Amino acid sequence: MIIANLPALIPLTYLVAALLIPLAGAWRPPLAPALALAGASAGVVLALAGLVQVAASGPLSYEMGGWPPPGGIEFVLDGLSAFVVAVVAVVGLATLAHGRCTARAQTPGRVVPFLSASMIFLTGLTGMVLTGDLFNLYVFLEISSLAAYALLAVGSRQAPLSTFRYLVMGTAGASFYLFGLAFLYLETGTLNMADMGRILTLVDDRSPVIMGLTFMGVGMALKMALFPLHGWLPDAYTDASSASTSLVAPLGTKVAAYVLLRLFFFVLEPEYARGLPLVTAVGYLGIAGIVWGSVMAILQPELKRMLAYSSVSQVGYIAAGIGLASPLGLIAAVLHILNHAFMKACLFLVAGNLRSRRGHSDIPWFDQSLRRAMPWSMAAFAAAALSMIGIPPLAGFFSKWYLALAALEQANWMLLAALVASSLLNAVYFFRVLERMYLLPAPEGAGAPPAPIEEGEVPASMLVPTLVLAGGLLALGLGNAWLVTHLIRPMLPAGL
Amino acid sequence: MLDNLVGHYDYYFLAALTVIGFYGMLAKRNLVKKLIGMTILQTSIILFWLVGAYKAGGSVPIYDERLGVADPGLYVNPLPHTLMLTAIVVAVVTLGVAFALIVAIHRAYDTLDEEELLERMR
Repeated sequence: MIIANLPALIPLTYLVAALLIPLAGAWRPPLAPALALAGASAGVVLALAGLVQVAASGPLSYEMGGWPPPGGIEFVLDGLSAFVVAVVAVVGLATLAHGRCTARAQTPGRVVPFLSASMIFLTGLTGMVLTGDLFNLYVFLEISSLAAYALLAVGSRQAPLSTFRYLVMGTAGASFYLFGLAFLYLETGTLNMADMGRILTLVDDRSPVIMGLTFMGVGMALKMALFPLHGWLPDAYTDASSASTSLVAPLGTKVAAYVLLRLFFFVLEPEYARGLPLVTAVGYLGIAGIVWGSVMAILQPELKRMLAYSSVSQVGYIAAGIGLASPLGLIAAVLHILNHAFMKACLFLVAGNLRSRRGHSDIPWFDQSLRRAMPWSMAAFAAAALSMIGIPPLAGFFSKWYLALAALEQANWMLLAALVASSLLNAVYFFRVLERMYLLPAPEGAGAPPAPIEEGEVPASMLVPTLVLAGGLLALGLGNAWLVTHLIRPMLPAGL
Repeated sequence: MLDNLVGHYDYYFLAALTVIGFYGMLAKRNLVKKLIGMTILQTSIILFWLVGAYKAGGSVPIYDERLGVADPGLYVNPLPHTLMLTAIVVAVVTLGVAFALIVAIHRAYDTLDEEELLERMR
């Protein structure tokens, strides 16, 4: 009974939590964080149940309001959407568990709105992933974006301006998506994904279809910060409060990448998509982004800004995987959505830990005293950094490995060179930080950093989510063969 | 050429509107003018959907006994209109959030001019 309703229940759980949190906050303020954690945990349970169910007995579909598709709106839990929803739910829970503490410290008095907006953000993301209707996807895209604007606008003095820029760019992206969708709708007369894919193969006049797909692609590229449309991302992520960044950064861009994946290979027939120069172009922009993001990350003196540029580079990996349009390329893209969400969330949580203890995250002020004071946070950072570079037992290595295999298969030497270069550049910018954290003696006198706000390691409520994500990287790395054979390979579309 | 212009004048008008809106978003220095550009862009896209739903001689999509239901060509397509109602709501909400941000920016920096903002941020 409950299983059949899973596709609709997952976003609904977050939505109900988002509505209850302000009420609970007005009645008994301490109840709000507990309710947020309960909502996010329920989301994780439902998402994992969905993952198991889909792996065991195939896709589930839910008809909204009892209207059968293609006329009505359909929510679909298939291999890909169940996987991405599980990633969103798990990472969302870990960052929320951490964020309720950092939000209390850094933005006192705004914890309840933060929690409520986070829940709306997760509603939007899970809705985007699960919906089987292209216009409904636009609505959920805007729900998640509006919640993200609200979350990112709180923080440093510049935060509202950076968020305003993100809002203008993001709205342009969403409008382009809507514009492109108009072409596809006028050409096919349907908005249901499965139905549209079927009808598109029958359409002879391809130019309006290509036009529509290009606009939708550009819109999503803006949302996923694909090079050269990434201009909004570094400022928006750096200026926001730690709690908001660690929630929005790992998830926001990934779900936009998921939409591209869904559009190109699940809405369109894979054969159709492979012939499109648009898909290849996404791949090459990804390659450019991989190198550009890594180079810019080296130049940043502030940890959060460095991580933001590294996100631009990591989104490039996903785009490059999409651009290859081969089974291995898609495996790499899907695996990297998972791995990067875990890695980036873990790194941003450590940046939050640093800010809450030291009051800054400026790399020139890092030294050995950090390791002495916060050994566990630094260990988590080291694990995530090594995973980003691509050291074997950790998760990050495997998505790079599949991408390299896919590049070799098609003799795409440019991508292979970009992969190697970016791994080396990753090593440069992460070892620069690790060296300071572990080896550099604390300076005396004039050059000394400001005194810490509080000595010692962060409390367990913040440390546990950080360590869970870091441990998750090892587990995902060791279990990646199982993940790929049992979850990712079966989800790939037939005929790829 | 002239036939094309006369037959598709609405699309040419919308293309111009889109470009004007996009130009405003990118090139104007004042943040409120950027928002005006953004609204023009969104409106042009909403109108594009509605123009696409139009049928020459089509009636409003409400059941009419004289027209019957045998020929759907006698009514304009109702679906884009309902979809665009949602899109208008989304556009209004985005505008509301944007104005909230503008108020916050003005409180912090006392200006809405982009160049001056960059100067005062330093």
